[in-house]
Amino acid sequence: MGPTSNIMRHVYGWLLLTPAAILLIGFTHYPTVATVYESLFSKGSAIRPSRFIGAGNYESMMEDPIFWKVLSNNLWFAIGTIPTSVALAIGMALLVNRALPGRSLLRLAYFTPTILPMIAVANIWLFFYSPDIGLIDRLLGLFGLPGHNWLGDPDTVLPAIIVMTIWKEAGFFMIFYLAALQHLPPELKEAARLEGASRWYYFRRVVFPLLMPTTLFVLINAVLNSFKLVDHLFVLTKGGPDNASNLLLYYIYETAFSYFDTNYAATLTAVLLAILAVLALAQFFLLDKRIHYR
Amino acid sequence: MNLPAHATRNLDLADLLQTLAAWVLAILWISPLLYAFWAAFHSSEYAIHFNVFAPLTLENFREALSRAPFLRYGLNTFMLVTMLLASQLVICTLAAYAFARYRFAGSNVAFALVLVQLMVAPEILIVENYGTLASLGLVDTITGIGLPYMASAFGIFLLRQTFKSTPRELEEAARLEGCGMFGVLWRVYVPLARPTYLAYGLVSISHHWNNFLWPLVVSNSVETRPLTVGLGIFGAPESGVDWSIISSATLLSVAPLLIAFLLFQRQFIQSFMHSGIK
Amino acid sequence: MLTKLKRSVTGLAVAACMGAGMAAQADTELTMYYPVAVGGPLTEVVDGMVADFMAENPDIKVNAIYAGNYNDARIKALAALQSGEPAQLSVMFSIDIYELIEQDAIVPFDDIVSTDEEKTWLDSFYPTLMENGRTGGKTWGIPFQRSTIVMYYNKDAFREAGLDPDSPPATWDELAEAGKKLTKDDGSQWGVMIPSTGYPYWMFGALTMQNDQVLMNGAGDTTYFDAPATVEALEFWRALGATHKVMPEGTIEWGTLRQNFLEGRTAMMWHSTGNLTAVKNNATFDFGVAMLPANKRRGTPTGGGNFYIFKQTSPEERVAAMKLVKFMTGPEQSARWSIKTGYMGVSPAAYETEALQEYVKEFPYAAVARDQLEFATAELSTYQTGRVRKLLDDAIQAALTGAKSPAEALGEAQSQADRLLRPYR
Repeated sequence: MGPTSNIMRHVYGWLLLTPAAILLIGFTHYPTVATVYESLFSKGSAIRPSRFIGAGNYESMMEDPIFWKVLSNNLWFAIGTIPTSVALAIGMALLVNRALPGRSLLRLAYFTPTILPMIAVANIWLFFYSPDIGLIDRLLGLFGLPGHNWLGDPDTVLPAIIVMTIWKEAGFFMIFYLAALQHLPPELKEAARLEGASRWYYFRRVVFPLLMPTTLFVLINAVLNSFKLVDHLFVLTKGGPDNASNLLLYYIYETAFSYFDTNYAATLTAVLLAILAVLALAQFFLLDKRIHYR
Repeated sequence: MNLPAHATRNLDLADLLQTLAAWVLAILWISPLLYAFWAAFHSSEYAIHFNVFAPLTLENFREALSRAPFLRYGLNTFMLVTMLLASQLVICTLAAYAFARYRFAGSNVAFALVLVQLMVAPEILIVENYGTLASLGLVDTITGIGLPYMASAFGIFLLRQTFKSTPRELEEAARLEGCGMFGVLWRVYVPLARPTYLAYGLVSISHHWNNFLWPLVVSNSVETRPLTVGLGIFGAPESGVDWSIISSATLLSVAPLLIAFLLFQRQFIQSFMHSGIK
Repeated sequence: MLTKLKRSVTGLAVAACMGAGMAAQADTELTMYYPVAVGGPLTEVVDGMVADFMAENPDIKVNAIYAGNYNDARIKALAALQSGEPAQLSVMFSIDIYELIEQDAIVPFDDIVSTDEEKTWLDSFYPTLMENGRTGGKTWGIPFQRSTIVMYYNKDAFREAGLDPDSPPATWDELAEAGKKLTKDDGSQWGVMIPSTGYPYWMFGALTMQNDQVLMNGAGDTTYFDAPATVEALEFWRALGATHKVMPEGTIEWGTLRQNFLEGRTAMMWHSTGNLTAVKNNATFDFGVAMLPANKRRGTPTGGGNFYIFKQTSPEERVAAMKLVKFMTGPEQSARWSIKTGYMGVSPAAYETEALQEYVKEFPYAAVARDQLEFATAELSTYQTGRVRKLLDDAIQAALTGAKSPAEALGEAQSQADRLLRPYR
């Protein structure tokens, strides 16, 4: 009995898929639907049972200043981390894609932060940012500059977290660019050299366009990460001061597991799902249709 | 190479500058980790007052180990990662095989539905998934931490690509020798996909070793808590932190993975490269 | 879980043997969750106390399960409720009381006590420690691991600044004055630091009480965030940084504050009594511990964990659970717990035990928290406590970072708290 036998082909196909299907439905599809459903009910307790309130949670969400705050933080976090880490990643990849002394050591240095858990990274950086006794303030002190309360000032807390995230992620993205660079035909460089093109011109007009698919792939991943990654907040700021560093997923966690308002948490999750859906569509259309080697 | 002499010199200078930039960046990049090492092996006063001649000590590690059961946390993480990888390999192999070689009814829709998980990772659905786990009675179990990740869209996707590129003739030959469905899978497809398995395995291990939010939600006892959650709790006690001890606890938590990475860095980096090419 | 169980079983076997041939059957089995802020040695202390209890009561078997921090313990308890996992009692955050009542999770001790002796037992604790355990005329929580806020100060720094190291500031004005003398222009030493991350509402509870104002009513359904005295308290906190320049501006990290103090970066800090042992062991200078200063009066909130008994329990289990609670909070055990951890003894009788008297004689600062109890008040605790607390935390941080004025920030917090609490009135 092989895949050639018609009915059995369908049966075997589905049988092989069953274990994965059960788990995926149970932990991805069902909860996605359930999230939207739950978001239509009020918070329940033993004394006050949950009841259907339609768009009630969404209306409160619109009036919830913290919701808007975390949403805009997410946006700034993405704007702050993504372009810089992508640019750094390209730079790193270009730097270590040539023969140079200690190349593998350099790659290692760039990539190592990626292998560390975010929670450990946050533990290390907490001390850098610590006012007065932290490493950064001490370095500033060496130059006679005043220290700063990096994580305690709403103006600097998000940038501080952004810098840390760039440190953690640039090396990860570098890998994808390295892979792409290795697939570039070497004749291109030779040709550019013979035509007397400057390095910058060669990069801008030849390499960068050829890296476009990688860039898009990296961009989508980076945006996804900016919504998924909140581990550092548990150690560094708990979203403070006054929500200045709070992000959507962390707010969802707080709502569900500190306030026990699973219904409002579901409402917030539904928004996050909608954002991800838009991203997925963007990936689908941009990555598959529009981007070709120019 | 008939470039004029001064152009060559310029190129050399540019090369030199690039090499310099590469090294400066590398030193900048690795210094936070080096600093953590420094702090972990010196008493806490030297974590703040830098002194090259400060005496080395293992006291911080002893202290960290006595304050929280990091060895137990390590064992939990190890069990979680192993169990998870084993189930992922089996479940994803079967599903990928189905998608690659059985053009069954609805396979396209099913595949699209699988890919949904690439976007909607389980940690985004913590609220509902916690409810599901509670009704299954799996809260605070290592199985519960692993369950939502066992069917990995990423794994299915990677393996499907690999299986598809396996020459049909090999399968025909195996069938002629009397191999059944699983025989063909085991004898032909799996061996040929070994690089993919390695790549996926390393990515999966490092991802789940480092995962925090979902394990934090699900685990609440020493017996289930993985290293990241243990470290997260340890790093934020009610009564304040001691810098050197936190550093040594951090190193304890990352050491196994970091050592594995340093030993097999080539495979790791290749794996991550491989996994990114879609 | 299994090893814990085994250990308990072994403990039971030992207890049975000590019962010397008595028909030592475990008639009642109890599961107890407890949180300890910092793991490790403290779990051994609890295990030891539980073992002693089982030795005294061979008919009761106790599985004590360490459940992580306060938040973990609460989540675990509420999850256990839903999944039917049996647990009869738990130590949880004292301020979880309204949440637990609303979830119909706990039973008041008044429903379990029967004899007069037991009724007087309910009144044997420090009354201020009972404030967070009582509402609606009933007692829901019994104090176990409790703390207050105290002021740690660097006596060497006081001497250097020409201040008397034996009379730390006792009023807000003195605090600001001393702070000015202690703050160095080059930024190497601040006068005072009051942490404003982690538990800002708790620190603020001290400042408001000192201004003779509480933050909420006894029924847990009304907050007083925008009362003039509350606003004034926040203005003072903000002024320490903004006007008096004796404290860094912005928020001050709870977790790293002790390190700042030990490094001499601040001459005074407000922190939990739970830091006492760590400061004692690590300070390289002469330090003192004092009550918090007063404005209209002295004041501090209490903090920490209470014992609760769950509702889904049989009458026998409730009686056994209460026996355990009585044992664990009794003078001898409370004294033992206090010496080992730095938490305070929960009843006057605990401080009359020989062990604790001995300890206080040796290390008088161990008694500051107790002496301050006279001025203490309940920790902020209301219905929807997590959210209400967060509202206040955000308002405090907004004011301290200068994003909003204290009056504006607290006014907004109050109107939102009103919206949350209205259904409970």
